[in-house]
Amino acid sequence: MNHLLIAPVVLPAIVAPFTIMVLRHHLSLQRIFSLASTLVLLAITLMLAAQAADGTVQVYELGSWPAPFGIVLVLDRLSALMLLLTSGLALAVVLYAIGSGWDARGRHFHALLQFQLMGILGAFLTGDAFNLFVFFEVLLIASYGLMIHGGGTKRLQAGVQYVVYNLLGSSLFLFALGTIYSVTGTLNMADLAVRVAELSPDDTALLRVGAIMLLLVFAIKAAVLPLHFWLPASYANAPLPVAALFAIMTKVGAYGILRIYTLVFGPEVAATAGLVGDWLLPAAMLTLAIGAVGVLGAREIGRLVAFGAIASMGTLLIAVALFTPQSIAAALYYTVHSTLAAGLLFLVADLVMERRGGAIVAQRPMAQTGLIAALFFVGAIAMAGMPPLSGFVGKLLVMDAARGHDLVWWIWAVILAGSLITIIGLARAGSEIFWKSHDASHIREAEPERPVDDSQAQPEEPAPNAPMLPFVACFGLLAGLVLLTVFAGPMMDYTNATAAQLFDPNLYIDAVLGRAEP
Amino acid sequence: MEILFASAVGILTAAGIYLILRKRTFPVILGLSLLTYGVNLFLFATGRLMVNAPPVLNKYAEVPYTDPLPQALVLTAIVISFGMTAVVVMIALGAYLSAKDDQIDMIENDERAGDDA
Repeated sequence: MNHLLIAPVVLPAIVAPFTIMVLRHHLSLQRIFSLASTLVLLAITLMLAAQAADGTVQVYELGSWPAPFGIVLVLDRLSALMLLLTSGLALAVVLYAIGSGWDARGRHFHALLQFQLMGILGAFLTGDAFNLFVFFEVLLIASYGLMIHGGGTKRLQAGVQYVVYNLLGSSLFLFALGTIYSVTGTLNMADLAVRVAELSPDDTALLRVGAIMLLLVFAIKAAVLPLHFWLPASYANAPLPVAALFAIMTKVGAYGILRIYTLVFGPEVAATAGLVGDWLLPAAMLTLAIGAVGVLGAREIGRLVAFGAIASMGTLLIAVALFTPQSIAAALYYTVHSTLAAGLLFLVADLVMERRGGAIVAQRPMAQTGLIAALFFVGAIAMAGMPPLSGFVGKLLVMDAARGHDLVWWIWAVILAGSLITIIGLARAGSEIFWKSHDASHIREAEPERPVDDSQAQPEEPAPNAPMLPFVACFGLLAGLVLLTVFAGPMMDYTNATAAQLFDPNLYIDAVLGRAEP
Repeated sequence: MEILFASAVGILTAAGIYLILRKRTFPVILGLSLLTYGVNLFLFATGRLMVNAPPVLNKYAEVPYTDPLPQALVLTAIVISFGMTAVVVMIALGAYLSAKDDQIDMIENDERAGDDA
């Protein structure tokens, strides 16, 4: 067994309690440990991605218990990609939180962040459905702490909604797992795949109920339309660097859909046939529409980016719902892109928020307005899917993959109209925040008879030499987006190979159940 | 026994969902607790109901045994839901103390923020 496989779970699991117990009064040491741990994680996930790139499926049996009885961690191309994405985003978030001082505004920021990383990375690695639930809970309980980090009435109230909604989702998850277990008698994903395929058609009614409930759970996590209500308020009121990290959490839902509905309830299973295609596709298109409209209507920059994240989830899930190898490959490319883009925009939104408040209205110009405006501009291009950045490539791939589908015109119309509305919304916000504010400063210089405004605004002015670390984080994510665009070819090779691997679940099943072993 | 058990799960779940749809935090938290009780009972039943049978195999005699896995799952679920309830109580308490109000929606606050802007 390759012990590197469990390192992404064990490392944060050691660093987080160490941070709480030993370093609780030493913020600078906490920062050093958190940053070092995230860097090591990035190195580990890079190594794992390199190992997974050749197409082998690696299995780690916890406690050496063989697969259907013990819990296994499984590394294939999809897991490796998501791990790498998570650790890259986490590095930017840690850098930003240190640079902006967000981690000093409440207690245990770094410990909670490490716990959350443990949950996310574990969820991507695990090959057992109940263990997936446990890792979901680990990442959620850390996210509850991060969500209300820094306090404040609105944040706490949004936090209550967020927690209640997610607890409801967890209960539904348990109901789904119980239903599936009562039919199949196992919760190991590979074993489930075998048993579900062997099941007699008489027993499939209950299985279909379980599969639909499981789809609902993942849809809640992925903020698909009728179940998206928790996201805007939660993300907009959470500390925005944390919201940037949460950008990967919606992808955990998408990952769950991908994993379960290619491996366990694959296209050839009669009981659940058409579940993903017929139901997810309209929901995903409506999600994209509501996200775009939300971007247009947002009055506050945090909500603006949150709705942008919903819109990009819509695009992603359209690609997932098409459910061909080509569309899954496009979906994976778009996953990487939209995570980086949403992370970047959340961080830029925080830069704006720190300097002038979040409302999208023309105000006194802020410090470093040019640099932030440029970052917002680039982030908006990426999120709306305009050339030259990877959002354009991703949307093109998704639309290309839809070519053979019955609803192709609907899909194209929704994606294109959604992009247009998103562009208008982002452009409106950008011009209000950056350009009109710039104009407003000239007006005020011309008529300097409003000293009240200035004296109120003065204390909020940040130090002239604001720390550079937040910008390093933003430019890091931006570099990721640019690299994703430049290396779109090799990246597509990887995602195509990943999609091919997902559509050949026997490889996964054989590796987990030990049939491939000599 | 089955009908009793099934209706217990159903009533707990229905009452839980009803309470979660209430407007104030306290009923919502109670509703979450009831819902988790319902889930735990349901999980317990997924291994089929069996009376007076241990959840272990006996290598000396052919005695009936009940499925041990749901019991392990329920144990995990109980611990997690217990911890989650504690978290939601703490957050709700914090929200109540800072807002002087235990409403779960934020409409009033949104309007206030809108007026400020």
